[in-house]
Amino acid sequence: MSELTLFLIRVAYLAILWIFVLSAISVIRSDMFGARVPEAARGAAEPRGPKGKGRSKPPAKRRGSPTHVIVTEGSNVGERAELDQAPILIGRGTDAAIRLDDDYVSTRHARIAASGDQWFVEDLGSTNGTYIGSVRITQPTTVTLGTQVRIGKTILELRK
Amino acid sequence: MAAGQQGAIMGFVHRRRRGAELFLLVLALAVGVGAYAAVGIGVEGEVPVDLLGYGGWLAGLVVAAHVVIRFVAPYADPVLLPVVAALNGLGLAVIHRLDLADGTTFARQQLTWMTLGVLLFVGTLVVLRDHRVLTRFTYTSGLAAIVLLLLPLVPGLGKTINGARIWIGVGPFSFQPGEVAKVLLVVAFAGYLVLHRDALALAGRRLLVVDLPRGRDLGPILAMWLISLGILVFQRDLGSSLLFFGLFLVMLYVATERPGWLVVGSTLFLGGALVAWRLFGHVRTRVDIWLDPFAYYGEGTSDQSYQLVESLFGMGWGGLLGRGFGEGSPDRIPYAESDFIIGAIGEELGLTGVIAVLLLYGLIVERALRAALISRDGFGKLVATGLASVFALQVFVVVGGVTRLIPLTGLTTPFLSYGGSSLVANWVIIALVLRISDLARRPAPSVGDTAGDTAADAETTQVVRLS
Repeated sequence: MSELTLFLIRVAYLAILWIFVLSAISVIRSDMFGARVPEAARGAAEPRGPKGKGRSKPPAKRRGSPTHVIVTEGSNVGERAELDQAPILIGRGTDAAIRLDDDYVSTRHARIAASGDQWFVEDLGSTNGTYIGSVRITQPTTVTLGTQVRIGKTILELRK
Repeated sequence: MAAGQQGAIMGFVHRRRRGAELFLLVLALAVGVGAYAAVGIGVEGEVPVDLLGYGGWLAGLVVAAHVVIRFVAPYADPVLLPVVAALNGLGLAVIHRLDLADGTTFARQQLTWMTLGVLLFVGTLVVLRDHRVLTRFTYTSGLAAIVLLLLPLVPGLGKTINGARIWIGVGPFSFQPGEVAKVLLVVAFAGYLVLHRDALALAGRRLLVVDLPRGRDLGPILAMWLISLGILVFQRDLGSSLLFFGLFLVMLYVATERPGWLVVGSTLFLGGALVAWRLFGHVRTRVDIWLDPFAYYGEGTSDQSYQLVESLFGMGWGGLLGRGFGEGSPDRIPYAESDFIIGAIGEELGLTGVIAVLLLYGLIVERALRAALISRDGFGKLVATGLASVFALQVFVVVGGVTRLIPLTGLTTPFLSYGGSSLVANWVIIALVLRISDLARRPAPSVGDTAGDTAADAETTQVVRLS
């Protein structure tokens, strides 16, 4: 085995070692931020309610941001309020932006407010509670487009 | 604590990256099998005849591990397994190279141990679907660790090899229980600290600039200090003693976020080290060798630093690119296949090779700490941090010792050194880290699943009407 061959083998092996190290680092680099939640997967997750504790993606400003909240089920179907007037109070009282004629709704039941570019629904100590999906919320919870917020027999949604 | 972290990665999910893992595994196999081939060419002048069989066995092991990860931990970190496979493969090749020089068969035994290690790795991942189960065994594993540490002191069972009484021998097999104990200790510390971190973090008084903990909270750290000193005195094992105490100190600091513990711990450590240096000959010898190795080398002296100085010569001769496999003489270093394997690598692969190896260790530690950062539960965070610090400390202590940065203490280099107990324990450590990272990187369960218990709480709350 000639001196030159041995030298080439030595350099080639060190090259393989370093290629491995650098590839591992490049995998870590591309892994740093994970992947954006695909639009389709987000839509599928929504009927079950948004992911908890602010993990839900805020509605994208460019096209997906909601403009109004609308009643989709219950005795006041079609009643709506523009989100520009946030915070929006929901209840049976006269000062509510969305007045509901629903016996299961408190006078000041819940409100919808913005924080950053996310929308939150917050229960104001109602008797029967505010639900997202089947879960009664105990703290301000993010809502996104199409999330069904149930108050008494009424269901509200954010729409664009 | 997790909320801020999740805020930063809000809207992102981790991908599975199993394809990237497979790609890196192929490269890792090239590192392992390539080293084996290079050893054959360098030492014997021809490609080893059993290259296909050896490479096939190695490939079979890592691919099996990869497939199991695909099924039982699909979101686990993609970098850890390939890095470990590369280190293990490189270690096997270097041990094989020393075998060829010395006429021993350590590499064959190491391959058997690696197979056992991969089996335990797979077993851990399959059986342990959620690391939080381990919180139940906090005190059990602590007790088991102490029993394991004491086992070598039992007459008839314990074996003294090279002055350190850290082995147990059953029949022809010898085993180092301390290696298993370190995994159990991490679990025990994490379980204990998760429960008691508040008391340890908040109570205390301020002295000058540091918050010092209360006297009665010093119990656990003093107990750990005594255990470490016991290992040093009765088992004459500096390395393990340093490792266990350092591990406890790091975990205590991480759990409580109080620098005061570091002050207390370092004081205890320095005090213990000073007393040990005064009282024990073997500690003083190590320090003397560290300060002036050449005074104890060669004819006319006690020749106690022969091993260290040969390794230093080897690394010096290796230089930047190394001599190449088969061209150096790492077999001059006693125990080059275990404690001094970094010396052998430094001689034949040079500084370039050693830095690559150290970077790989750095990557393991980084990935384990990353798993700790994104983990959602405190126990997982602490276990991952503990395992990362075991790795970091062990590599620092042994590589620092071999390169004469700190006094030499006997510890194995994880995954590289010959040593069954260490190899098997390290595979289990990697399995635990992968399990934690799998749970941490999995997309968060939706509110419908997790908020069930908060909803139950709400039912019992008295409702207050505002108007």
